[in-house]
Parts: sequence; structure tokens; C-alpha cells
Amino acid sequence: MTINRKETHGRINRDKPIKFSFDGKIYSAFDGDSLASALLANGIHLVARSFKYHRPRGFLSAGSEEPNALVTFDRGQGRVTSNVRATTLEIFDGLVAYSQNNWPSLKFDIGAINDFFYMLFPAGFYNKTFMWPKSFWDKVYEPAIRKMAGLGPAPIDEDADKYASLYSHCETLIVGSGPAGIAAALSACEKPGRVILIDEQNEFGGSLLSTPNLTINAIPAWQWLKNSLAILKGRQNVTLLARTTVIGYYHDNFLGAVERITDHEKDINQNKARECLHRIRAGEVILATGAIERPLVFPNNDRPGVMLASAARSYLNRYGVVVGEKIALFTCHDSGYEVIFDLADAGISIACIMDVRDQVSDNIIAATKTRGLEIRTSTIVTNTSGKFRISSLHASRINDEKITSTEEIICDCLLMCGGWTPSVHLFSHSKGSLKWQENLGAYIPDTPNENTISIGACNGTFGLTDIMTEADSGQSKYTVDDMDFGSGIIAATFPTKSDPAKIKAFVDYQNDVTEKDINLAVREGLKSIEHVKRYTTTGMATDQGKTSNLNALQITAHAVAKPVQQVGLTTFRPPFTPTTFGALLGGKDGDTFHVTRKTPIDGWADDNGAIFEPVALWRRARYFPREGEDMLAAVNRECRATRESLGIFDASTLGKIEVVGPDAAEFMNRMYTNPWMMLKSGSCRYGLMLGEDGYIMDDGVIGRMAEDRFHVTTTTGGAPRVFRMMEDYRQTEWPELDVWLTSTTEQWAVIALNGPNARKLLEPFVEGIDLNPESFPHMAVREGRICGVETRLFRVSFSGELGFEINVPAHYGRALWEVLFKAGQQYDITPYGTETMHVLRAEKGFIIVGQDTDGTVSPMDAGMSWAIGKKKKDFVGKRSLNRSDIVAKGRKQLVGLLTDDPNIVLEEGAQIVADPNQPIPMDMIGHVTSSYWSATLNRSIALAMIKDGRALTDSDIYIPMADQTHKVRVSTPIFYDPMGERLNVL
Amino acid sequence: MLLIRCPYCQEERPEIEFSYAGEAHIARPLNPDDLSDESWAEYLFIRSNRRGLHYERWLHAHGCAQFFNALRDTVSDKFETTYKIGEARPQVKK
Ligand SMILES: [Zn+2]
Repeated sequence: MTINRKETHGRINRDKPIKFSFDGKIYSAFDGDSLASALLANGIHLVARSFKYHRPRGFLSAGSEEPNALVTFDRGQGRVTSNVRATTLEIFDGLVAYSQNNWPSLKFDIGAINDFFYMLFPAGFYNKTFMWPKSFWDKVYEPAIRKMAGLGPAPIDEDADKYASLYSHCETLIVGSGPAGIAAALSACEKPGRVILIDEQNEFGGSLLSTPNLTINAIPAWQWLKNSLAILKGRQNVTLLARTTVIGYYHDNFLGAVERITDHEKDINQNKARECLHRIRAGEVILATGAIERPLVFPNNDRPGVMLASAARSYLNRYGVVVGEKIALFTCHDSGYEVIFDLADAGISIACIMDVRDQVSDNIIAATKTRGLEIRTSTIVTNTSGKFRISSLHASRINDEKITSTEEIICDCLLMCGGWTPSVHLFSHSKGSLKWQENLGAYIPDTPNENTISIGACNGTFGLTDIMTEADSGQSKYTVDDMDFGSGIIAATFPTKSDPAKIKAFVDYQNDVTEKDINLAVREGLKSIEHVKRYTTTGMATDQGKTSNLNALQITAHAVAKPVQQVGLTTFRPPFTPTTFGALLGGKDGDTFHVTRKTPIDGWADDNGAIFEPVALWRRARYFPREGEDMLAAVNRECRATRESLGIFDASTLGKIEVVGPDAAEFMNRMYTNPWMMLKSGSCRYGLMLGEDGYIMDDGVIGRMAEDRFHVTTTTGGAPRVFRMMEDYRQTEWPELDVWLTSTTEQWAVIALNGPNARKLLEPFVEGIDLNPESFPHMAVREGRICGVETRLFRVSFSGELGFEINVPAHYGRALWEVLFKAGQQYDITPYGTETMHVLRAEKGFIIVGQDTDGTVSPMDAGMSWAIGKKKKDFVGKRSLNRSDIVAKGRKQLVGLLTDDPNIVLEEGAQIVADPNQPIPMDMIGHVTSSYWSATLNRSIALAMIKDGRALTDSDIYIPMADQTHKVRVSTPIFYDPMGERLNVL
Repeated sequence: MLLIRCPYCQEERPEIEFSYAGEAHIARPLNPDDLSDESWAEYLFIRSNRRGLHYERWLHAHGCAQFFNALRDTVSDKFETTYKIGEARPQVKK
């Protein structure tokens, strides 16, 4: 079927016929077609159902502004993309696409009943109707809306394609390759700098692809384009990127662009990225992004066959497709006539030409007469008919804003020309300011915020002569044979004889927003376009209102009787067109989505069946289940083994900072609450760090390796911010201190041995350190060798058992672990993970910063006043410890909790009340911060922050949960070995 | 994404190498204990939150790891200038 083709027109490759499938039917087309042109060539106008009313829809445009013709593009499992604009989808042999938002079929769509119940769907419908009751939202409203209204289905399968990203740099970036962009590129390539020319289409040329009859320097447009591209391709300094959409324009001339690499290729190539995200930093940006034609807003202006005039021109000249056999034009702008002349000259029958204006220029009248056509001036379209395609229209003469007569005219296509809207999206992304241009009825660029210029139609410059002059910086190198672009009027609202409440004159086609909806919004008191937009959802669809925003603005201005400039302008936001998540990730998905830090011992844990958990960016072994064990069983076993004999734990993720220099002790004294000046070399101390606000920020054991050297450890998650805070004070507050800091987190592997047999296991492997308790007491640190490798050996305990933390250079970590694990078999050495570590420390009442504290806990609140150097004059946060609200009564304090029923393990985060019988909402006095089953104590234990909690020790409080209220006894947070005698095992 | 000139590296580098570090030229009091609660609260919590040119600190986190000062317009987001810690603050050009 090629009945709708013009053999004399188009730049499709007629030597390459292809087949494609739409809604399961096979059609023919040619290489070079878009899905839209291919369907139109086959006489198909009905391609979609609208979002809200399920009205039949066809093609409005021939470009990326398309609001109606959204389809699902199916390349097989994992390669299904919905909401693709048929107007920009390049066709290839075997392409498969479906229509969307209809059931059971495009022609018989049950949802179309919405169209008859349109009175149920006024503006603000969703806001008003689905407010109450709240529980209805999840169960009733949301699923119903999802089923009835909507776009294509979200993909179910994992994306099978690969994506890529590239950084690029250039002196000149040109966006858009219409006549302005090409001319700018020809000028720029003469200069030494790098030039990148980008166009969203598969071919360069922009509007020139649809205007072959123009000549530039006496050369036909397509030949000039070919010559120009040959020049550009021959230049070493020029990069041409077709099929590439600049999606956003950011600070300092940084632009994001997505190149579609494989979507147009017949065969899937696993070795090629589907799309590439280009991050471009440009010296100068030349925007030549053109303009978008505006529809006209009249009743039933959305039937298939009603389209933009410029689209008909593209379909004819670029694709050789005739969009109708009897075509009507409704225009308020001279540019509509160029289209009608092209169509008439191709021998297509013109049904009628209707112009809102009462006068048209003599040139146009003459050119119209020459073609045997006539113009109906002062005429508007007041209705259209036709079920799946327009079949007739009502042409009404108007006089003084009143309809005087109406005539029905038969047609199968109605072209609209409502003037042009410059594409200022990118300029606006870059925070350039816009100004209102009355004669265009549109905003154009005003003051740029970046090194950028806008040229051609996107700058409000129309007519090829003016565009080419602007593009070559006024040098007028080009002589152009071009019809005068002419002018138009702004015609956003028209008189009607029908009941305004029953008219559907569409403004935003994609979101089904009508003129009536906007007027209703204004009547209901919404005066700013930002409010009208949110209330009606105009401009909020995936096309971001490319064809509708200016009409919505004009209608709103008309309704509030104010100049357009006073109604405001909604913000343009990236991306310019919908962008795949794959492209945005640029290949950084799956395992590379973010960093996973692994310790040197991680591989052993993996080999030995560890279950991991993320801790900050690390993955840590959480527990090591044996056959048939769940987490609780594994943790109980690990806890018991550690308390009874020996546990081994990978503590390598601890943050480590080496603080060195003559003023190291003074620096530590200022950073931490504890006193450091008198701490002897070879000793450790628990260090507590506050923010200046007096709240606990971090903690860790710190060893003094020498007079001028400290080995600082931090929490796993806190290491980067502790280091940054230390550097901040060192560099900016105390530059006079002679001290320097090095992050050594990844330099040391740390193996913690805990349990009564820890020393026995360690002793044979250690050289140069006497492990005897007298010479190596608790909280001591020594340097020596273990298995021949240098070590910093700490005698510390986070479990309450005899404990050692063995630091060795990271790359010896796993080897040492394996030696100790093998030798430890005689003590039934048990590897344990973070969960057991948490239980053991909770039994001892040791806090975990960030779990038991939340950034509003002072040392006094946590019962850690002992960690504050009372005689110190100053340290970070000291002054805040005297602030009135920090010393006030009623602050939450750390306590232990013992449930009345020892088998109940409380929920972490559960809220606590003093009286469970008080009316709701209850007065909550605190919350559970840590809660575990303690195998050692054979009962549950918990830590909590409770208002004045220490005074409540030994009294009962209550924890109301959904199923029952738990009675709980407040206790000391130290549940096990309060005297610390287990550290002294020999 | 802004380009930021690190005054230590003497190079313009992309914003992702840097992190923001709050308002500049707020010195920690030398004797905090001598301050009233009000003055200490002022130091801790009160910032100018300026619309327009703003003295602020940045950290060349993924570079030389130095903190430095900058004068930046909070409306346009653009940097007027950057300078080293300890250097006098540049005057705002009218
Ligand atoms: Zn630097």
C-alpha cells in the first residue's frame, strides 16, 4: 500500500522497502521513515487513546513535541520501552510497536466511556475527589486510576541493554542543526577550537529537511545541506552527533546529552551500548533549537487528522507522505500558507483555508489565487466531526467576536497554525532570563547567565534570510530565496455558540486539559499559572507542554483579564524529552551503581558462608550460619562461643586516622573530650568526640604510639566525617598547631580476638611483645611482629571478654586470619559477625554511636560524664555542655530495659510510656534504641533513651505495641559482668 | 555543574571534586567559656543566609583536601573568586 505516498516527494530510501508491525498487523514502509510517517503512509491516523477521556488520537506533530502518538516499542524481553513518540521513532525492518492506554483494542476502548462522563472529570478532579478517606487511596482510588488513566505499561523485566557515558570538551557547542545551526557550525569550524554539533534527529538539517524548495546561495536547500555537512565532516575539529538530545543545560556551560545508538538498528548487538550519556563542557554554547508550532484551541480539535500545519509539510516533503485527500487549514499566521502552497503544488486537494484575521497580505492573496484557492478571512473552526478521523468541520464567520454564519465543510485532514513558540527550554535551564515578545506571543531569550547565544527561531528570529544573517554574526554571506515569513496574531480563545460547559477544546493534549478546565481553575480562584498548572495538570505530562504552555498562558491571561506577562511563566526543567534511566546511569548500574567497600578478609567470609549487611559503604559479615541455622541460632552460638572460649571478628572497617606531630597531643586534647596530654606512650584510651553543639558525634579507642603519634580509631560509618572535621579544625581554626593527619583506614587489616582463650591462641605467634598481663594490661598498645609481620597490637575489648585487636598491613590480613583460624581450632575458634558484636557490646552497655545516639545525645545523657576531662579548659563542644537546655531536667537518658516476660524481644524504635492506660495520643517518654536476645543471660535485653531515665531505675514502664502492651523494668545498661572481671582472665 | 578554582591547586576543577563547608569568616571564639549562652548560640547557629554575594567555605575533598574561602553569588550560583584560608576577604565589587 503506497496510496498515501507522493513519488515526487520525500527523502526516504525507496530502494529499501521494509516491513514493520503495529498492534500485530504487518505494514510496509521505507528506510528513512519514522513510525509516524510509515503509519500515515498506510492511511493510519488513529494511533492512541488519550490519557483521561480515552479519546481517539492521531499525530499532532512530526517531531519530539508530539503529545498524542505515544507507543510501546518492543525489541524483545528486557527491551520494551513505553511512551515512545511515534514521530521520533526511526523505523527498521522488523520493528514491532503497539498502541497504549486502551482495552480491549484501539478501536473499541472501554475507557472511552470517560468521554461521556466528562462532567465527572473537571479540573482539580483528583485533588477534590480522592482526598478522603485516606485508607481509600491505597485500596480503591489509586488502583482504579492506574487502570483507567495512564500511559504505557512500565517494563517488568530487567533492562537487557548496556549503556555508556562519556565526558567531552569543546570550545563551541552548537545545539540544533537547522539552517541556523549549520551556518554557525560552518563559521565555528574555521576557528581552531573544537566544535560539537548536536541534533536530536537521525539526520542533520532541522527545518531544511522539510523545505526542499528553498535555495541558499542559489543552491537548493538539500544540496546546500549536503555540501555543508561534507565540509563539516571533513574538519578534524568538528564532531557531529546525530540522534542526540541535549536534555539539560547546567552551570558553567555543562550540558547533558543522550545519544541513541542502537534503537534504530535492525539487529541487536550485545557489544554496543544502547545509549550514551555525553557530559559536555563547552566554552561557548550556540543554541539553534528552533521553534515549535502552536495548535489552535477550538472544540474537538483533537480528532485524528487534526494536526499542526508544519507536520503536514514534513510528512510531505521529508517522507513523501500525504496526510489527507481533502485538507483544510485553520490559521492565524502567514506561515500556514507556505504549507498549503506546498500541498497544493503537489496536487493535493485543499478543502478550505480559514484565517482568523480579517485581512491577509496582498502577496499571500495573490499566491493563493494563482493556485486557484481562496481564503475565508474572519473565519474560525467551531466544531469537527468524525469518529476515528476528522470527516468534516464547521467553519464559522465571525464579526466583532460573534459568530454570524456557519458552514459544514467536508475534509479528512485539518491543519492548524497558531503561530510559533521559540524553544527556549535549554536557555532557560541555564538560568538565562526571558522576555515577552508581543508580536510573537511568546517568550524569547533576554539576558544569558552563561556564555551562550541563541540564534534563529529559538531567539525569535524567523524567516531564512534573517536566520542566516544572525547565524553568521551579521556578515550576510548568504543570499536566500525565501518567501517572507510574515506575521500573525495571537488567537488562543475563540467565540462559540455552544454551551461552554459541554465543549472540549483541548489545550494540553497529553494530559487531556481543556480550555474549560483552565477557565474553571481561574473561577475557583487560581490566578497564577503555577497554580493553574498544578490544578489542571496542564503542561505536566511527559511532553512538558511543548505545544500547550503558551496557549494555556494566553487562556489564563484572558480569564484573569491581565497581560500575559503578569500571569507568570512556569519553569522549564530538564530533561528536554523523556530520558531512560539507563542513559542517566550511563552504565553504572548493578554492582557498579555505588561503591561496595570490602575488607581484606571479606573473601574468607564469603567462602565461609557469611551473610553480609551493608554498613556505610562497606559490606560486613553479619553472621556465619551453619547448616540449618537461622540468624538467631547462629548469633546465639557465636555469642556463647566467644564468652566461653574464643571468637574471631573482622574489625578492619574501623576508621583509622594517624595523628602525628609535635602538637599531636594538644590537637587530640582539643578534638576529644578526654584528657590526652598525660596519656603514656603504649597506652590506649576510649575517646569521645562531640560536635560544637555538645552532642556525641563519634567514639573509638585511641592508642598513643609515641609522644608525637596517635593511632585513632573511629566508628565504621563516621570515619570520613571525623577526618573531615579534624582537618577543618587543623586547617582553619588552629593552623598554628604542628600536626598532620593521615587516613589509614585501608592501610590496616584489624582482627579482633575475644574470649578467655584469646591470649593463649595469640602468644605463640607474637614476637617482641610480652603478652603477660602485668606488662601488657588492658588498654595497652604495643608494636611488634606477628607471624613475622609488623603489628600494632591493642589489648582492648568491645565484648567484655579478654580481647585483642591485631592491626597488620592490609594485604597480610587474610593470611593472618587463616593462620589464627587454623591454630584456633583447638579452642573451637568461632568467627562471628556484626550481629554478635552488637549483642556482646549491648550486654556490656557499650553504646553504638548512631544507634543508641541520634545526634541529640550529650555525654551526660549517655551516662558518659566520666569521659570528659574535667580540668580541660576547652575542647570541641565543651561550651555547649553548659547550655541551659543541655543541663535542663527532662532530657532523655540511656538506660537498660528488662522485659517482664524474659522471652519478649522488644522492637527497636518502639515508643515508651509511663502509664499504658492514658488516653491516646499517649505521652511518650522515650524509645528503645537497641534490643536483642542474650544467649549469655538467657533472656532479652534492651537499651533505651528515656526522659530522666536513670531516676526510673528499678521501676516499671510500658511499651504499647499493636498486639499487646509490654511491661518493662528499667535497669542499669550494664547487664553482664558489671565489675569487668572477665577482662582479667589469665 | 560548576567549575571551581581551587586557590591551592591553582586550577579550575569540576564541582564534584568539592564539597560545601558553610559560611566563611566565622571564627571559633578563643575563650568559649567566657561567652554568654546567647553569644555562643550566635556562633553555633546563626548564619547570614544571604541572597546574593556570600562568603563561604569549600573543601577540595577529592583533590588537595584543603579548605578554602570563596565569594559566590547565591542567586546565579556563580563564583566571584576563591582565596586561601587566612587571606583577607575580597571586597564585593559594586
Ligand atoms: Zn585543591
